[in-house]
Amino acid sequence: MQPKPIEEVTVTINGRKERLAVDPAKRLLDVLREDLGLTGTKEGCGKGECGACTVLIDGRPVNSCLVLVGSVDGHEVLTIEGLAQPDAAMHPVQQAFVEQGAIQCGFCTPGAVLTAVSLVDSQPAADEEAIRRYMAGNLCRCTGYTKIVSAVKTAYEILSERKGAGRRKKEC
Amino acid sequence: MTNKVDNRQAAPWTEDWNVVNRPVEKIDSLGLATGVPAFTDDETFKDMLYGAILTSPHAHARIRRIDVSKAEALAGVHAVLFHGNVPRVPHTTAGQSYPEPSAYDTFMFDNKVRYVGDRVAAVAAETPERALEACRLIEVEYEELEPLLDPRRAMEPGAPVIHDEPDATVIIPMDYDPKRNLAAHVDFEIGSIEQGLAEADVHLEGEFETQYAQHCPIEPHITISYLDERGRVVIRTSTQVPFHVRRIVAACCQIPVGRIRVIKPRIGGGFGVKQEILLEDVCAMLTLRTGRPVKIEYSRSEEFVSSRTRHPSIIQLDLGLKRTGEMTAIKMDVLLNTGAYGSHALTVGSNCGAKVLPLYRSPNVAFNLNGVYTNLPVGGAYRGYGATQASFPMECLMDEAAEALGMDPIDLRLKNHITTGQTSDVFKALGEGRPGVEMIIGSCGLDECLKQGADAISWRERRGKPGDGPIRRGLGLAALMQGSSIPEIDMGAAFIKMNEDGSFNLLVGATDLGTGSDTVLAQIAAEVLTVDLDRIVVKSSDTDITPFDVGAYASSTTYLSGMAVKKAAARVRRQILEVAAKMKNKDPDDLSLKDGAVVGAGIEVPLWQVGTHSLYKEDQFQIAATASHVTHKSPPPFAAHFAEVAVDTETGHVQVVRYVAAVDCGTAINPQLAEGQTEGAVLNGISYALTEQYLFDSAGRMKNPHFRDYKIFSTVDLPSIETILVPTYEPTGPYGAKSVSEISINGPAPAIANAIYDAVGVRLRTIPFTPDKVLAAIEAQRKSHGT
Repeated sequence: MQPKPIEEVTVTINGRKERLAVDPAKRLLDVLREDLGLTGTKEGCGKGECGACTVLIDGRPVNSCLVLVGSVDGHEVLTIEGLAQPDAAMHPVQQAFVEQGAIQCGFCTPGAVLTAVSLVDSQPAADEEAIRRYMAGNLCRCTGYTKIVSAVKTAYEILSERKGAGRRKKEC
Repeated sequence: MTNKVDNRQAAPWTEDWNVVNRPVEKIDSLGLATGVPAFTDDETFKDMLYGAILTSPHAHARIRRIDVSKAEALAGVHAVLFHGNVPRVPHTTAGQSYPEPSAYDTFMFDNKVRYVGDRVAAVAAETPERALEACRLIEVEYEELEPLLDPRRAMEPGAPVIHDEPDATVIIPMDYDPKRNLAAHVDFEIGSIEQGLAEADVHLEGEFETQYAQHCPIEPHITISYLDERGRVVIRTSTQVPFHVRRIVAACCQIPVGRIRVIKPRIGGGFGVKQEILLEDVCAMLTLRTGRPVKIEYSRSEEFVSSRTRHPSIIQLDLGLKRTGEMTAIKMDVLLNTGAYGSHALTVGSNCGAKVLPLYRSPNVAFNLNGVYTNLPVGGAYRGYGATQASFPMECLMDEAAEALGMDPIDLRLKNHITTGQTSDVFKALGEGRPGVEMIIGSCGLDECLKQGADAISWRERRGKPGDGPIRRGLGLAALMQGSSIPEIDMGAAFIKMNEDGSFNLLVGATDLGTGSDTVLAQIAAEVLTVDLDRIVVKSSDTDITPFDVGAYASSTTYLSGMAVKKAAARVRRQILEVAAKMKNKDPDDLSLKDGAVVGAGIEVPLWQVGTHSLYKEDQFQIAATASHVTHKSPPPFAAHFAEVAVDTETGHVQVVRYVAAVDCGTAINPQLAEGQTEGAVLNGISYALTEQYLFDSAGRMKNPHFRDYKIFSTVDLPSIETILVPTYEPTGPYGAKSVSEISINGPAPAIANAIYDAVGVRLRTIPFTPDKVLAAIEAQRKSHGT
């Protein structure tokens, strides 16, 4: 077999700088799953049509099946494994997905959670219409989305409660 | 404890329950939310090879010559399989109980291909790319045969014979005539249709068509097989039927069942398509040939083309009714297209009748099924399983009947539907591959579903008011029933053992495919043993470890496997009481369990003391029990679905604005999960009704095997869906439960069709209701009205 060209790609993954010696034409999805063992990112179609492989690149949701690893050189990638806080507390979006019953088989969940994280991080508030528009790229065949949309709303509530609690703490 | 206060409708008999009927969090949701390795492909295996399958480019052809030598010679290729080097074992890919009621018309590989996407050969190589390259090097000389692409032509004299091989057969007594492309046939007549129609004041009839559709689990099929330290084959696979996989792979690979272990990890959705043995036999054979781990996964396009689909159907339905609304005749004639293989053809076809005809009382009922082969993709189990196909004509024609009689469609259903204490001769007439089982309905909340659903959607106020302008609004409804397990065929078993800390291991063969059955079954055990849910450690679906279960299909898990769990837990409870009685010198009959302790006769012994005593102190033994359950009934859940649509009369675009699903699933063991099942089924049903379809070219090749052109709904397409769980108590179910997961996929097509009629006055008899079809119907109506 022809050896593939190997180059060094420097990318921050889940807050850690990684120097990867890889074929730059390898899909980011495969580098995450195969080279780094980050199997939380799923493949559902390989064509950028289902959203199961969503990761955040510099905070924005991207289908990692369409991204060649060479193109993320110098960028920051967040996968589901990097989301829970170091103290093991869940991100408000994860907490909301669990509480609202937004997870059935769970295969689309990492991608959907990351898209929702990018929404709550980038927009201080979102109504139902905005949530639906933002989440449209993450297909789910189990839930009928109703509880996913509720979960994103709940995530906003949890965040504002946490903010409120933080402010009260400061005031004391 | 995660139990929350539930504001859903609580029936009085649920008051004493602590875990059952409470919306506890799904026990695996935390892990799934954080992306921990859980699915088939989340584990890596040393020296794993990658499998690839070469498929047929022709709809119908004989393989005249096949040369795999170049593929075998390619560096990095370790095995090539084709019909010339594997055992020829007729079998069915349908994961059903033995003896399967599906034709044995499939071979691991054959010298004939019967649809575009059929298996020709398989390769195991060191990389996926190398495996694909090897597939390209396989030389195949095809003799193309005339394809049969129209199911209506299948049984005509002179039609191409798809299964002309002499060894295609059936292993149960059933009508099977491959020479006429007949994969399955059933018919019966109760009373006299002729007389029933003669007595009728109104006679409604129509031919309806339902289309090919795919389940679209977000995780396509995937299997990894490897040899364990004793040379047994371990199959880690995305399946709904681990025990059927074990049996069918054993037959195909000609090794004993005892040499195979099937592990079902978490699976990324199934909906019926994983009730099929599609990759496991090839994967296991490649591992046997190479001695190495092998992975095979379907791409999304292979999932569409080469896995399984919803059987398309052409259904002719006749209804006869008296002026008063009483039904005098129901006649259903089903032509089911099973594609190239007869997987589930008999049973899906039978269920068109069995899950739809009994809903309405009629002295005269006739049913005829022909399940026919074509050179098109293969039908299989799909949520709803025949009831989806046949509810469409039945509920549309009921709407027409109501109009003809000048009755409200709700009142017509209230007048005719089967209810508690009643039976239907259809139950006896139609089983799954054999006569059915007589059944008296033990619980029916359909009246209440119709009433509450109508209130929720403002039926009486808003129906028949389409408004003016280009966008017209309409309301429509459908009444539904399904079943809960296959009576006297399905079996589920559970094993529970107690640990010294008062926790329990629950081992079940039942298969959680994302539905939450692990949680529901744990809730049932926790309720019996009066402990918190986190004291029940669930392990499911590993054929080496867990007891048998037929698997996740036929709406059986909660009802059937749940009862096995309840029985096993009751046996464990008895042992606990006996140990505690001995410890304290009391009579076990005076004792009971309460809040995780043995109480009564003036004592209170926490469970950990009982567990510790039984394992370490005196007359030691393992507190444990196994229980199996078979049912003699298949109690139907019932539902009333209501759709509100907006129809754009200029473009033909139909938007579902609101949807109300009122469901009687008996006791919802977990109301949040039951709602989730309903919402998911409803949206899948809406998507099926409006957009999903296979497009074929003239050679039988699917033109749209990807999500770009096969549209499944996303969040932007989502209407407001309201689920109303109407509690009833099914006496034969665990804590009164019936099934919930399938029924609600059957409602959208007829409810939307009826709503479209309410909005614009056209009757659509072919799904999906795409804009071109709707617009054509509106224009045809305008022309016929001369406007």
